[in-house]
Formats: sequence, structure tokens, C-alpha cells
Amino acid sequence: MKRILSGNEAVARGAWEAGCSVASGYPGTPSTEIMETFARYPNAYAEWATNEKVGLDVAIGAAYAGKRAISTMKHVGLNVAADALFYVAMTGVEAGLVIVSADDPSMHSSQNEQDNRQFAKFSRIPCLDPADSQEARDFTIAAFDLSEQFDTPVMLRMTTRICHTSSPVEVTEQQQQIPEKRKYPRNPAKYVMIPANARRRHPVIEERVSELSRFAENFPYNRIEYRSKSLGIITGGVAYQYAREVFPDASILKLGMVYPLPVEMIGTFSGSVDKVIVLEELDPFIEDQVRLIGIELYKPAKPINSDFAHTKSIFPITGELNSAIVRHAAHRAGLINVDIKQEPINLNVSLPARPPTLCPGCPHRSSFYVLSKLKVPVNGDIGCYTLGVAPPLSTIDTCGCMGASIGVAHGAAVAGDQERHVAVIGDSTFFHTGIPALINVAYNRSNVITIIMDNRVTGMTGHQQNPGTGFTLQNQATVELDIEKLVLACGIEKVLTVEAFQVDIIEKTLKQWMKEDGPAVLITREECALLPSARKRYLPLQVTDQCNGCTVCFRIGCPAILKSKELDPKYQRPLAVIDQELCTGCEICAQVCPRDAILFRNQVIALRKSEVG
Amino acid sequence: MDIKQLNNNYPGGINFLLTGVGGQGTILASNVLADLGMALGFDVKKAEIHGMSQRGGNVISYIRWGEHVYSPIITSGEADIILAFEKLEALRSIEQIRPDGMILINDYAIVPVTVSAGLSEYPDNENIQESIEKFTSNAYWVKGQDIAEEIGYPKASNVVLLGALTALLAIGPKDVLRVIATRIPQKYYSYNEKAFDAGYKSMLKKSD
Repeated sequence: MKRILSGNEAVARGAWEAGCSVASGYPGTPSTEIMETFARYPNAYAEWATNEKVGLDVAIGAAYAGKRAISTMKHVGLNVAADALFYVAMTGVEAGLVIVSADDPSMHSSQNEQDNRQFAKFSRIPCLDPADSQEARDFTIAAFDLSEQFDTPVMLRMTTRICHTSSPVEVTEQQQQIPEKRKYPRNPAKYVMIPANARRRHPVIEERVSELSRFAENFPYNRIEYRSKSLGIITGGVAYQYAREVFPDASILKLGMVYPLPVEMIGTFSGSVDKVIVLEELDPFIEDQVRLIGIELYKPAKPINSDFAHTKSIFPITGELNSAIVRHAAHRAGLINVDIKQEPINLNVSLPARPPTLCPGCPHRSSFYVLSKLKVPVNGDIGCYTLGVAPPLSTIDTCGCMGASIGVAHGAAVAGDQERHVAVIGDSTFFHTGIPALINVAYNRSNVITIIMDNRVTGMTGHQQNPGTGFTLQNQATVELDIEKLVLACGIEKVLTVEAFQVDIIEKTLKQWMKEDGPAVLITREECALLPSARKRYLPLQVTDQCNGCTVCFRIGCPAILKSKELDPKYQRPLAVIDQELCTGCEICAQVCPRDAILFRNQVIALRKSEVG
Repeated sequence: MDIKQLNNNYPGGINFLLTGVGGQGTILASNVLADLGMALGFDVKKAEIHGMSQRGGNVISYIRWGEHVYSPIITSGEADIILAFEKLEALRSIEQIRPDGMILINDYAIVPVTVSAGLSEYPDNENIQESIEKFTSNAYWVKGQDIAEEIGYPKASNVVLLGALTALLAIGPKDVLRVIATRIPQKYYSYNEKAFDAGYKSMLKKSD
């Protein structure tokens, strides 16, 4: 039966069909929906782990215990989980273990575009690279089989385009039954990686790569499509689609497994076409390996003076590919002839940007407004609140990776930076990797002020449960972690929890703490304005005739506050007006208005009552 | 529409580009088009970018119908049909249109924060119209938001546009409504049906 599935849904489907019963991961675009989908299948346990390293350890633990397991993450999540990746590559597993790395070429929502196929090679595990949703499902099933056949974890490498593209998938309704026989292994020589054992394991995993390479020669998802022999293309992943689109007549070696490579197959293919090229996104991963085999790749007659800053031999090394980029690069390399298009039509209109902003009613806005007034350096973190960088708030000065804010602020403090540093971090990010950094601040006594922006959910990835919400991924009620107590237990003595919309209390507290020495933590608590429970409280505010266009309310950067066409008669400045569709009634604007020209919620209610009466 | 008609009218298939602002139902509309393509017997790909763009930013999604679809992405000059749920976003995507391709524009502005902060200006209707005419004479303006508000379900402007598109493409409205019904909670169906009908009829009137 065929149904339309996104790549992520297809991975979840494949895992379920393969009899996988344990999934653990951390949300991260573009991988998040794999777990969310898998969690809904029967006979499946799925959890949000506190971070990717924990998630992978959990999946490893399940695979050691004889259950097929999967761990999902975005590409940078594998950096966090790398420690676990490298030991499980050494130990192998009892039942199938699949590690999903969802890479993000073009950085649609990431800080870098690292190519995690390199991690597979680095850790000596096989890597499957699907080209559409059907392959995402099929390769997931194949990955579990491979994992058991070769006693190795297997990487399923996705990219944003595969994760978030939907296409028809043939599925079955049957779930493989995984035998319940196994007793937990007591096999220290294999599973206890003390140096003596690890030294014996290393040659084993090197031999495993050789075996896998031989296996790859007949792996059904490595296939040759012979068409015209004048051009042969070696490709894998989404690039296969662009190869078909731009070179419909070319012969193609389509690699489903991009590590390790089938050496003989590549040799045969290359020998049977006039010229051979490699087409792949990001790093020259296949290209370098093919060259090492000794295959001579097609060289453009004259060196490519490319539009792209850095190229591999033909195609760009940066950014996501598409058929236009591939066509253009192929034209430059003399592989095809494209009609040079006529002059592009000039729009002649400047288009206002629509950058992602903090939503109307976002509980993070008040803290950023105060920080922008205080003009202190702010070390940011990964989450919605990174949007505090956008004008007019413009408050974030650094942002690198999950959990970095507190450590980076501490670094500046111990380096003796003259200014007081504030770290901002969300609830889920704090649980992810913020806690060790905060303990470090307390232990090493710097004067970093940390704001934990607790919006009661993992926000940016689309509302996932976390240890602070009281519910698990599969909607079981659970303990609700008390952040304030946790902070105290970390050794921070100065802690205050405030309602996130209380602009004056936040301002007063931060100003007071700036005068004092020592570390402090402010917890601003208010649920994300997009949560269903928060939506029920929406009550749009109103501007009164007291407004004289002073512009203070515009400085909070709320999309619901607009400049009206009407001008203040005295100053000729546009008056403020509140969009009744967008406003949630958070009252931050009402609090900052120096003329009390924006009605608070109770005033709006009173006004409405009087109008009705 | 069947595969023969598709190949006759759109050699190589139809490329749809849907654009709007986070919260406008761009994703729902693209799900409907993808399901519809499959129901009509075509190969289908639907690509979208989640993540930061959901938060008040621009949301774009591509749907391709064809006998066999390879690339999930539509590039410059390849969009046969653009559905723009917001005027500024119509303009932002217009360079993607095939010469004289079809564009449906929801006559509705969502003012970006860069404009309310005084950093830039929202182009006026005349400006938008003129610019779009440089690319195509095949533009249809739909009062999607007004119609949705009249119905009492302001969120349904996406479905109004789907109704209008259905009329222009000569697809059976029942086929589309059947797909819509599978994509929305039942309690909102009657609103969506009304929105769809209103959009459908608005285009029938125009082509008379």
C-alpha cells in the first residue's frame, strides 16, 4: 500500500516495520518528526532524552539488551553524542542499532553544515544515504539487518531535503518479530572497553570495514543504471535526484551505502563510461574515496573559475544543491550546454525582509527588552531566544552551540572582562548541556548572571516535552523538574524565579545583581505563547488617544504593534496601533509605555463591558 | 485531470510554489495539493522547510506533480503555478515563476516587523501589481482574507485560495474537498467547505 510520507515519517515507519522497539533522541531540526512519529506506533517505546549523548547511550543500552533500537538527532547532535558513537563502534551490539544523523546543508536552521558522512568513516561504521522517502523507509530496515549481520551500529544519514520532502512510499503492515531469547550479555572482552580489550577490538572493527566493503559490491541499494556511456555519474543521497534531472541520459552509479564503498563496482562502472564524475552535496566525501581507489575523474578542459567560493572538482562544497546549481556547474565544466538566459527581469521594488522574530506574546521579550536597556554583553544559546539578536532588541552577542552560553560567559568573566556578562538559556537547553556549565560557574566562582528562560516546553523545534513539563514524549505524566531547586543544588546561592512578563521586577533584579558580586540565576517563567493553554488567554490590547507616537513600544520588537497612518498632531509622528489578530495581551507594551496609552487586560475588559452596557 | 491531460497542458508536470507567512496555513494547503496529486494518479513530491521560518517568517513549500518527479526543489523560472497567501510574499517569490505562469494572490498584507519598526516600507498594491505583470499576465487576485472573515473563519483564507485554484485548473471540486476532509479536524470541515466554495465561485465569476 502506498502513502505519502515525509522522509522523517518514512524512517519511523521503517524502524517500526523492522521491529525496532526502543527509540531515544533529542529534538533538533530537521530530525524531530522521526521520534514524534515513532512514538505513536504500537509496541514501541520512545523517549526524549535530555541530550543526544544520553539518547545514544540509551539506544546502545537497549541494543546491548537484545532489542532493536534507534537514536535520532540533527547533525550537530552527533557532536554531542560522538563519545558514545566511538565506543559503540568498538563494542558492536547484540541487536540492531541505527543512528540517524539529520544533516542541514544550507543551514536552514543550524549553526554549521558539517557533513556527518565523515563521522561514519571516522568511527568505522557503515553509512546509508537515502534519496527519497521510499529509500528512507527501505534503508532503515536494511540498516537494522546490516547492524546485526556485521555487529556494528549503522548510520542512516538524512538531510533536511530528504527529511522534509514527502513522496509516495510503499509500506507493509507487518512488523518483524525480534526473538525474545537473549540474556543480557556478560562479555567484558567485547563490552568493557578497558585498554586491553579496546586494543583487541580495534583490528576487529578495521576488518569489519573491509568485510562491509566487499559486501557493498552486492548490496542491492548500490546499483548501476546504464544509459548513454558518454558520461557516468557516481552519486548518492538527494544528489541522485539532481543527477536524473540535469543529466537524464547519463549512466549512474547510485550508492545507497556511501561508506564503505564497493571498490570493484566503482572500477567496473568507471571503466565502462567515457568520462566519470562524482555528484554529491557538501564535502567531497565520495569523490576523495574514489580518487584514492585510483579512478581518474573527468577534469574540465580549463580550470573552473567558479561563481562558487569553494568547489570540489566540479560542484560547490558549500550549501544545498538544486538542479539549477548542478546545471550551472555542469555547464561551466563543459559537461552540458545550457542556453544563457536572457537578462533577468528587474523587480525595481525593495522588499522588506521578514526575518524570523520572537512571536507576539513571547515570554522571552521582556528580558531582552531589559537587557537591551542595560547594554550588557549577552552570551546566548540555541533556541527561540536566539532571535533576541534581531533588531530592534539586538541583544545577543554570541551564540555557538547547545549549552555554550554559560561557559562562554564564564570564560569572559575569568578573563577579567570589564563588563558584567549575562548568559541566556532556555529550559530544555539548560537540561541539555547547561547544567554542567552552571555547576562550573558556581564551583569556580565567577560573577556570571544566568537567565534561564523557562517557557515550559522545548519551543523552537515545535513544542516537545522535556524534563520540566511533567510529561514524556508518549504523554505519560512524570516528575516535573524544579529548576530553582536544581540551581540551588548546583551551588548557586542567589536564585530568583519571576513571572516572565514582569518587566519592572526583571529590570530591578538585574540592576541590583549588577551592583553585587558573585554568580546569580534569574528564572523567568511563563509558558510559550503558542501553547494551546496560552492561546486560551489571548486578549488583544488597545491603544488610547493618549499615544503621541513616542516610539518606546516599537522598541520591544513585537509584530503586533504597528505604526498607524495617523500622525500625532503635535510631533507629526506615527501613532501606535495594535493588530487585533496578532496581539495576545502579554502587556509588555503596556508596561513600557511612558504615557499609559496602552490599556492593560483588565482595562480592556472593563472598557468592553462599558461599551456593551 | 488525468496523466494525459497533465502531460498535454504541462509537459514535464506541474510545479506549484506555495508561499505565505507562518500561521497562514501554507503547510496545510501544500499537504492538500500533494494528496490531491497522488489521488489523481501522479507521482508527487512536496518539499518544505520547517524550523526558524515558522516564527512569523516566510514559509515556502514546493509541490511537484508529474509522471515521474525527481528533484524536490523548484528553482528560478520553474514554477508553473504560485499560490501566494500574502501580497509581499507574492512579490518575493515572483522571480520563481515560469514566463507567463499562473499566480494566485491573496489580497492581504501581513506587515513585517521591519516595516513596523520603520526600517523599510511595505510596497503599495500598484507597485506589486506592476512588478508582477513584468513576469506574467496570468495573475489572479483573490479576496481570500475578506471571504474567510465573512464566513466567520478567518483562518481559512488558504482554503479559499485552494477553491479558486480548483476552478482555474478545472479539477473536480469534490475531489479536492474529499482530500481537505482528510487533512482537517471534522469540527472545522463545514467552515472549510464554505471557504472552498466561496473561493471556487469567485473564480468562476471572473472567467465568465
